Amino acid sequence: MSDTTRRTAADPAATPQPGPAAGPAAAVADPAPAVLPDRPARTARRRPRLRRLSRRDLLVLGLLLGIPVLLDLALVWGPALASVGLSFTSWDGIGAIHGVGGRNYVDVTTNYPPFWPAVRHNLVWLGFLALVATPLGLFFAVLLDRGIRFSRFYQSALYLPVVLSLAVIGFIAQLIFSRDQGALNSLLGRTQDPVDWIGDPSINLWAVLLLAGWRHTGYVMILYLAGLKSVDPSLKEAAAIDGANEAQAFFRVVLPTLRPVNIIVGVITVIEALRAFDIVYAVNHGRNGLELLSVLVTDNIIGEASRIGFGSAVAVLLLVVSIGCIIGYLAQELREDRYGTRARRRTRPRKAPRGDRP
Amino acid sequence: MTALAAPPAADLGPDRPPGRPVRRTRPARLVLHAFLCVVALGWLAPVLLAVYASLRPYQETAKDGYFSLPRHLSLDYYRQAFTQSGMSRNFVNSMIIAVPGVVITLLLASFVAFAVARVRVRGGLVLLIMFTAGNLLPPQVLVTPLYVMFNHIALPYELSDSQVLYDSYLGVIAVQVAFQLGFCVFVLTNFMRALPEEIVEAAIVDGAGVWTQYWRITLPLCRPALAALATLEFTWMYNDFLWALVLINDPEKLPVTSALNNLRGQFFTDYNLLAAGSVLVALPTVVIFFVLQRHFIAGLTLGSSKG
Repeated sequence: MSDTTRRTAADPAATPQPGPAAGPAAAVADPAPAVLPDRPARTARRRPRLRRLSRRDLLVLGLLLGIPVLLDLALVWGPALASVGLSFTSWDGIGAIHGVGGRNYVDVTTNYPPFWPAVRHNLVWLGFLALVATPLGLFFAVLLDRGIRFSRFYQSALYLPVVLSLAVIGFIAQLIFSRDQGALNSLLGRTQDPVDWIGDPSINLWAVLLLAGWRHTGYVMILYLAGLKSVDPSLKEAAAIDGANEAQAFFRVVLPTLRPVNIIVGVITVIEALRAFDIVYAVNHGRNGLELLSVLVTDNIIGEASRIGFGSAVAVLLLVVSIGCIIGYLAQELREDRYGTRARRRTRPRKAPRGDRP
Repeated sequence: MTALAAPPAADLGPDRPPGRPVRRTRPARLVLHAFLCVVALGWLAPVLLAVYASLRPYQETAKDGYFSLPRHLSLDYYRQAFTQSGMSRNFVNSMIIAVPGVVITLLLASFVAFAVARVRVRGGLVLLIMFTAGNLLPPQVLVTPLYVMFNHIALPYELSDSQVLYDSYLGVIAVQVAFQLGFCVFVLTNFMRALPEEIVEAAIVDGAGVWTQYWRITLPLCRPALAALATLEFTWMYNDFLWALVLINDPEKLPVTSALNNLRGQFFTDYNLLAAGSVLVALPTVVIFFVLQRHFIAGLTLGSSKG
């Protein structure tokens, strides 16, 4: 776009002005330099025109930025921090709060039987989504991107599970997998010697995962399909001229240009695996082979025990893993922001086919 | 910004980009179609099974299994699910939570996005990070403190008959809004950054204040993104299961997804009745999906194609 031209044209007039938009967000602005070391130069460039904000403008900004910021701090970040604080106490929700140091963490990891199975199940969940459902979604996206007929129908069919509530999917799971009347047993002809897909703790996780993957595949498919549509077809032609076969062209040329989508899909996969809750809860409240970290958290607060400190410790472990993932993702995003997407798009594909040559 | 600038992201129709040579031979195409047909039917099978089961009486499927020709087909289970279990009440609850939730989320998020992308308030990047990262947290991390906090925030009886924020629609709406703000701010900021700036500049020259620039100039240009987000957010808020489960106690106030459990008997569960209930719960989102498919997909891809 005309970004650069506009900037240079407006620059001389604007640069001497110190940032005039002293909105209420200035209060949260302090940590910014740590995030972006080159910020002053950038803002000067990025803020080309003099903005004089009237008193009324400031009021509008203050009010309409203040409400969402307060809401986010009070109902998202505040509770997240409070979880950390509570995890060091033995609070039961009613009496006084006593600090117990790291005892909850010791108890959770050494003295709480469902904990390690839950960790294992979350990891299996992640592995299944990442190694089976995600590649499958990419595969379907590639097939549908060939512009064949009826692709709208195929696309809708694959995508349908994504709009279903996970609770509904949990009930569909029972319809398919229940021991006595389930569709799967009658499909396999095992009505005499039925398999208890949901009740048997050694297989029920896989039964549930099948449906979690059913939903995840459609989600990934849509994201990649949109990404593939925006890939410049001349890239593939160039690769073909260079002698790359179709698989090479895809993996070395097309897939690298889809980096932004790859990142998003990666994040969604990890987050979904950490958040997994509804399906198992709808199936059997997350017991007997279906324990997940998220279920342990809710069990400890809405259960009769009401062990808030203890439940928080589990939540904090979940938080640490997801924060790690979120920071990694945001760092990527910011880096892309700084170098600009267009530059990346121009250089990447040219390099790839060249490296492809034997 | 990449795919925001490229309109094909919103339209995933069968039209191929021009200039791509057709190289497939006919038999290969047929194999591909056969494969995709099998996959598509396999993908639809669980839903079709639920619909089929919901139309047949329990005695019949218990005897013959689900894969048998029907002897009786009726909508009895739907009537039963709707009347006996009080599902209509829960449907209303879902709307009471989701509709204001979506509207407030979009209003607040669009203003934050406007302030970050257009007014360029200082610390915009920090705001963006705060909202986006917040949306990626697992909700279970927030559940415990929210539960405690909501039990301690007193409300007048007119706002909540429990007299605290816990067990009130208001509490669930507030959490939904706060949590979903992140995604909407993220998408709308990217969208607004891609809008031509000259229009707002012209308005500033004409003396328009911040509110006019936002409400009269920028928001109308964001209509496609807002439509996409509204579709998506409605589906997500409607489908939510956890917040209501934790923050609402009175079964009369549960949204329809959480109330599905009511159809389960204590000793005996009629799965065909559950299937009918599931189909009823899924119906609104499925209808929205088919009617507004374009918006729906655009919303997701707007979020992913960040520039």
